[in-house]
Amino acid sequence: MELTDLTISQIHKGFIGKDFSALDLTDAYLKRIEKLNKKIFAFLSVFPNEARLQAKRADETINSTKNFPLLTGIPIAIKDNILIEGQKCTSASKILENYIAPYNATVIEKLSRQGAVFLGKTNLDEFAMGSSTENSAFGPTRNPLDEERVPGGSSGGSAAAVAGELACCALGSDTGGSIRQPASFCGVVGLKPTYGEVSRYGLMATASSLDQIGPFAKNVEDAKIVFKEIVGKDPLDSTSIDYKFIDSDFDIKNLKIGIPKEYFIKGIDKDVEKVIKEAINKIEKAGAKIEEISLPNTEYGLAAYYIIMPSEVSANMARYDGIRFGRTPEIKKESDLFSYYLSSREQGFGEEVRRRIMLGVYTLSAGYYDAYYLKAQKVRTLIREDFNKAFKKVDIILTPVSPTLPFKLGEKIKDPLEMYLSDIFTVSINLAGLPAMSIPAGQVGKLSVGLQIIGKPFDEKTIFNAGQKFQELL
Amino acid sequence: MLSKEEVEHISKLARLGISKEEKKKFQKELSSILDYMEKLKKADVSNIKPTSHSVLAENEVRTDEPKGKNEELAKRLADAANDKKEGFIRVKAVF
Repeated sequence: MELTDLTISQIHKGFIGKDFSALDLTDAYLKRIEKLNKKIFAFLSVFPNEARLQAKRADETINSTKNFPLLTGIPIAIKDNILIEGQKCTSASKILENYIAPYNATVIEKLSRQGAVFLGKTNLDEFAMGSSTENSAFGPTRNPLDEERVPGGSSGGSAAAVAGELACCALGSDTGGSIRQPASFCGVVGLKPTYGEVSRYGLMATASSLDQIGPFAKNVEDAKIVFKEIVGKDPLDSTSIDYKFIDSDFDIKNLKIGIPKEYFIKGIDKDVEKVIKEAINKIEKAGAKIEEISLPNTEYGLAAYYIIMPSEVSANMARYDGIRFGRTPEIKKESDLFSYYLSSREQGFGEEVRRRIMLGVYTLSAGYYDAYYLKAQKVRTLIREDFNKAFKKVDIILTPVSPTLPFKLGEKIKDPLEMYLSDIFTVSINLAGLPAMSIPAGQVGKLSVGLQIIGKPFDEKTIFNAGQKFQELL
Repeated sequence: MLSKEEVEHISKLARLGISKEEKKKFQKELSSILDYMEKLKKADVSNIKPTSHSVLAENEVRTDEPKGKNEELAKRLADAANDKKEGFIRVKAVF
């Protein structure tokens, strides 16, 4: 067994037993990155010196006490829209090509205090807009399970890093499926926490009412370990919530599961459907109670999302003016401020970011606000109420994560609407602010299919307990 | 279909330069995306309040008091800008 195969608790035992050091482990990962990153391109930047220094510090802790945190010496990859002080943070955008993060995101502070080792920053769709990581200004990431195919997105680099064993675990961000869909495509576990549980301070904002940071891991237990350490109220994020994870006993025989009929419709790949239905059968045989439920406003989810999301994007992207952050393009001296904005944003932003800014500005503009934005916000209420009603009857809801298998590079990039449809099963969860996790449910050839476990707000414990059990069954 | 003039108007509001070819592309793409949004017309939202935030958080307030200087951080923040002089960021004339 290689060191890079080990889970967090296996590593922890290894550290306690002095079977290997934190530096051995970090070096093992750095070696794999050196060997494989050229092909997979999970990382935009790697920090060998800093990582080795952090590993040495972790070894000092390990050697001086028996009681050290579970994340001490654990090599983690971070999506490149989360700030690590003193390191480049690009959000995979040309406009931030040379931007150096002036401070740490709160999640980075929290993981640092645990003694985690940061291996590097992972690739993403520019400013987290996309479902394939092909929208990165620096080149696409490839799916380690099949390099002809995309890893999903927008946190494709983080998912690929964990799947390819280039990192033990990783952080991503999820605005409309950006953790769950790549986790599904790469065959790893990925959690989008309840909105507000994890501070967004130091996460570059995409759509502020939807964004949430969450973990990628090899298995459910590891995802839980990382999740527990990044949650909590943060005075630097006024939308963060006072939350602490408390575990409880679990018996699958007491678990009531809802299967929404609106998520099993035509258009879903029949191989995906088969894997998910087989998984549900196995879960039912193990004793869980399964019932069909209805989320009647599901069909409006994607349209509402692709109004609300770009609207918030158009406001959040306004800060990239070519003046305050990073790159200033070569523009003629005599040009005025207005032309300066136009040129720097034309040169700095990629196609998808420009498309969403345009869409958002349109749906917020005078004369269209009521018809699009306000309407979408009302539909958002309907979608939330659908889930509220369903959760009066059931504990969790199971659906596929993605309607298709991982697609080939280039397959959908020319048709934006086709790409948006990849998110059809994940966006409503963000609109409602709910927690949801993707776990591998089975394979089609060498490709993986993810099962989405949706929970009540702040009820990650049921998601983890159920996920743990399902992981044993599937 | 969005008109060329509408696309130009949006791009100005968005402070986003776009090329001639891109104008045509945006006309087509944005129109097809907006067509998809027509789905929402069917949704009955009479008497429904809008949701801007999934978690119904109260407004957070605090007294507006300085919490000590962090000159090192201030310097790093200013350093992110390319064109600067003596701690100020230089921009083109606004008027």
